[in-house]
Amino acid sequence: MKKSLYVLWGVALVVGLIGVYQRFVYGHQLAAYGSYVVWGLWVAAYIYFIGLSAGAFLLSSLVYVFDVKRLEKVGKLALFTAVITLFTALLSIWIDLGHMGRFWKVYTSFAWESMMAWMVWLYTAYFLLLLVETWFVMRSDLIRWSGKHGMQGAIARMLSFGRKDLSPAVIEKEKKIIRVLATIGIPLAIAFHGGVGALFGVIGARPYWHSGLYPILFLVGALASGGALLTAIVACFWPERGKDHEELVSSLGKITLGLLALDLLLEWAEITIALWGAIPAHVVGFKLILFGPYWWVFWIVHLFMGSLIPIVILTLWPRAVNLVGIATGLIAVTFLSVRVNIVVPALAAPEMEGLVRAYTDSRLQFAYFPSLHEWLVILFVVSLGIALFYVGYKSLPIVQMKEE
Amino acid sequence: MGKLRVRKMGEDRRTFIKAVLTGAIVGAAFPRDKVESAGPPLAKPLPPLPEGDGSLLRMQRELQRALQKPLDQRRWIMVIDLRKCVGCMACTVGCIAENHLPPGVVYRPVLEEEIGEYPHVTRRFTPRPCMQCDAPPCVPVCPTKATYKRPDGIVEINYDQCIGCRYCITACPYSARTFDFGENYSDGTPERQAYETSPSPEYGKKWDRTKGKSPVGNVRKCQFCLHRLNVGMLPTCVTTCIGVATYFGDANDSESLVAELMGKPNVMRLKEEMGTQPKVFYLL
Repeated sequence: MKKSLYVLWGVALVVGLIGVYQRFVYGHQLAAYGSYVVWGLWVAAYIYFIGLSAGAFLLSSLVYVFDVKRLEKVGKLALFTAVITLFTALLSIWIDLGHMGRFWKVYTSFAWESMMAWMVWLYTAYFLLLLVETWFVMRSDLIRWSGKHGMQGAIARMLSFGRKDLSPAVIEKEKKIIRVLATIGIPLAIAFHGGVGALFGVIGARPYWHSGLYPILFLVGALASGGALLTAIVACFWPERGKDHEELVSSLGKITLGLLALDLLLEWAEITIALWGAIPAHVVGFKLILFGPYWWVFWIVHLFMGSLIPIVILTLWPRAVNLVGIATGLIAVTFLSVRVNIVVPALAAPEMEGLVRAYTDSRLQFAYFPSLHEWLVILFVVSLGIALFYVGYKSLPIVQMKEE
Repeated sequence: MGKLRVRKMGEDRRTFIKAVLTGAIVGAAFPRDKVESAGPPLAKPLPPLPEGDGSLLRMQRELQRALQKPLDQRRWIMVIDLRKCVGCMACTVGCIAENHLPPGVVYRPVLEEEIGEYPHVTRRFTPRPCMQCDAPPCVPVCPTKATYKRPDGIVEINYDQCIGCRYCITACPYSARTFDFGENYSDGTPERQAYETSPSPEYGKKWDRTKGKSPVGNVRKCQFCLHRLNVGMLPTCVTTCIGVATYFGDANDSESLVAELMGKPNVMRLKEEMGTQPKVFYLL
């Protein structure tokens, strides 16, 4: 079983690398998006990953700010998940840029009016805070591990930067620092991920996006998907099994269920308000997700696989660890469909009548489905993320053991 | 139209005297040639124009007149007479040739609508350049300030500053911006053609696309053929229009043809209710 997973991962990474190679050689030419549907799978993947990160981070604050004892053990795991998913998010959006080498210009241009610029500054601040906080929560364990032999010991010695002090005073001080960082992190995470939602919400030219609910919808979606991912990881990969583990998984499962329900409620509000508004130009995007050529993305992937099945499992068998793992895993994976359905339908609705037939070109189309190349790049990003997560999981003190 | 103010007859006499005196003092302090150099120097002397009263010649004369003024006193606008447009797309093609546009990049498509049901059908053609809005939604969204409004009202893109995030494309209500994917019309054929390898003259520079450099990976749009305006030539879409359905000129010049046309009662602008204040006017 384990061996076949390794093989599968290796194949995914190598095949994904082909996509990355193509991206660097052919630029954007092999992508299926065009000048009308101008953002595609990579942007959707970006908001998906960054949502997972914000969600996992905000859940970690339950431990480090609000002292929720029941979840104490998953604090570090949540933070580390936030680091990895943020990295994959930034990688996805970097690949999407027309000039990858110019990303730094966002830091030197001071475009105060641009929501995108704000988002970039805020997630940079968030990234730095996340790294520092993750180091602090691992610090004492790294010192304890630095006596170990092998890779774990070597990494721990390197990352503890020669510090050896484990006195209660230092530990107490460390706790205070973590609390301060985590507290700053809450408004920062809300601002930056709300900002991702606002990036879309402020675009008045696209009625599908132009909603005050967007920042809120993004935050709730982040919490639901991030919570689901964390629950799935704890359910499947936690080293200790037994009563405590069952408690932990069921608590996380309940939180995820509540967040998913809230997310569905907001989606309901978005869709129905627009439909009942009955201004045809405002409804086009919503009609596309409900009845368009890719209706199954909404109905089957999101509503059936990503909502109905998990809700049934989490309601009927909240203590069945493996089932909860499957249910939350489904939510986490299928949430990409929610993100795709945010990005694409707004752009697939023509802004002006007569544009479709005005000038014919493969880049001037309103139909979009990601090309193989786009999928390969995302496959690479996911495999890289999994590899980094696995290496960290094996070599860093992320999962707290009983004897420690 | 806010800048086209008509002076009231009974204006306060003191204000008038004050203005004359200030003008005299300023005029004495700054010699005449210095005041005029507020506009950019012309690359070449403007060509002499033949006699005649055709609208193209008239517009060209008005264009030369506008170029004598400082940059911030020009206000370029376009007027398109939809009653005259036959949907030949000469402007679309002329624009592609002038700006060396690759596949998928189009600055001035002609929207084509079919109204009614057979046999009671009519067709409507609407050329759609960049509207050069006075309140452009595409400008504030740019995270690197790569797109901005020039003093003469044209919305410019600095290709060297643009990171290719395409946020501005989503913000434009007119779909007037397109992305350069780096493709060529000769892709899949044995060799590149001269029209692809010769640099694009946009913004008065030489943009060489051959090595995947800017404007490949950038957002591109109509800029009223700024590189032509600066040497006293009308935009290509104006000169290629077979029926002279497109007019161009300085709205700040009350004697100009465009100023005359945009004052007509049968004028409208696209998505006017959005308040973007497009500077492309349509005659119905």
